[in-house]
Amino acid sequence: MKTGTQHALAIAFALAGLTGCATAPSYDETREQAIAMMKASFKVRGQAKLDRLDQDDMQRLCSQYVGEKVMPKEIAQQLEKAQQALVKYPADGKLLGDWKRGERIAQSGVGKQFSDDPARPAGGNCYACHQLTKQELAYGTIGPSLYNFAKTRGFGADIQRYAYGKVFNSQAFTACSSMPRFGHAQILTEEQMKDVVALLMSPDSPVNK
Amino acid sequence: MSMTTRTAATVLAIALAGPALAQEQDKTIQEIEKYRAALGDGNPAELWEARGDAIWKEKRGPKKASLEQCDLGLGPGVVRGAYTVLPKYFADTGKVEDLESRLVSCMVAIQGFTPEQAKKDPFGGPGKKVAMDALVAFITSESRGLPMNVAIRHPKEQEAFDMGKQIFFHRGGPYDFSCATCHGVNNQRIRLQDLPNLLNPRDAKRAYTTWPAYRVSQGEVRSFQWRLYDCFRQQRFPELEFASPASVALTMFLAYNANGGKFDAPAIKR
Repeated sequence: MKTGTQHALAIAFALAGLTGCATAPSYDETREQAIAMMKASFKVRGQAKLDRLDQDDMQRLCSQYVGEKVMPKEIAQQLEKAQQALVKYPADGKLLGDWKRGERIAQSGVGKQFSDDPARPAGGNCYACHQLTKQELAYGTIGPSLYNFAKTRGFGADIQRYAYGKVFNSQAFTACSSMPRFGHAQILTEEQMKDVVALLMSPDSPVNK
Repeated sequence: MSMTTRTAATVLAIALAGPALAQEQDKTIQEIEKYRAALGDGNPAELWEARGDAIWKEKRGPKKASLEQCDLGLGPGVVRGAYTVLPKYFADTGKVEDLESRLVSCMVAIQGFTPEQAKKDPFGGPGKKVAMDALVAFITSESRGLPMNVAIRHPKEQEAFDMGKQIFFHRGGPYDFSCATCHGVNNQRIRLQDLPNLLNPRDAKRAYTTWPAYRVSQGEVRSFQWRLYDCFRQQRFPELEFASPASVALTMFLAYNANGGKFDAPAIKR
């Protein structure tokens, strides 16, 4: 009798499990369906082609671990390591450009939108998310304040290299950072990134005043 | 109007002025709020609402029929409160539809337009007034003061919500942005613009219930479809097609998250 009940329960659980599989699609199935829906709902316009909907590993993983679903530490470390390998430092070894040009790049939000002229250089739009100088009040708060960036961290070569790497590929340092990968995605040129690094690192820059 | 101009000048003066003391920033935000309040005294969206009311009743299309028998979700011809239950599943089309895609379906079924004709001019622009903006302004205005009440009953409604959620978190494009990049965290700002966290019920309600809106900077009433279209432009994605499945699914996700919020649009925004 007892075994009979256990048997019936086992079958009931097995059935419940099966029904669960049949009705609730897996995460991967839902993802695939959503991506197919997006591909059917967007159209090419100007420089913005449909391949912009495709995801690399970083984009795929960082779309998956959201909200209460925290990315496991090992996956985050693997992601950062893989992205570190994608950072390209300037061949001439020089990391500091002109901070005044860097300030103009930090102010400009132009670039990569379907309404933008692809022939014009893009901006970094740093102020959209970061405080940088005392002079500019219209800064966003999505990223941390970078005011006194080098003054607090140091003006040395190691911090310069960190700054360049971070601008080039933020994901190499913080998995699933909100910050675009300005070098990796070819938003900014090497020269422009050097100018932005100068804005952050130069002792004369208003960032460090 | 001179009040408005003066306030705008003050905002500009403060934005351009001296050292970044937290106190001054608070003052800047307060001034922007005052500017918004001054604009709210009279909303040009009323012109769109009146035009939409007339277009709703006008005999148009190859069938020379008005939209007055269109079922917006509460039965044929019921406009009052209809926007608060959208998006929803419609048995006649077998699809979940938001207001704009539902209007397209009605223009096709009742007035005899082709889908291409019905979707041809989704948004107005300089020197171009379109029927869709006016209809949206009129119909949404008839839900003012009512709580958002979007249901998930039909499996397709659940599917739309699930798809919308996936789209909200989809990181892509050259900037790696998703909707959540700007709208998934509390108390964030882009430049001086406050960003609603659309995953937080308080912000979600406030944001969703204030679209469509008359945009002062553009001189146009902008629909929720336009809001999504322009967000994706800034996200560096390709162009979101008007009334497309993804646009409806994302609207489903956002509208459902705003349930209980008192609808208060067409609003007025900077």
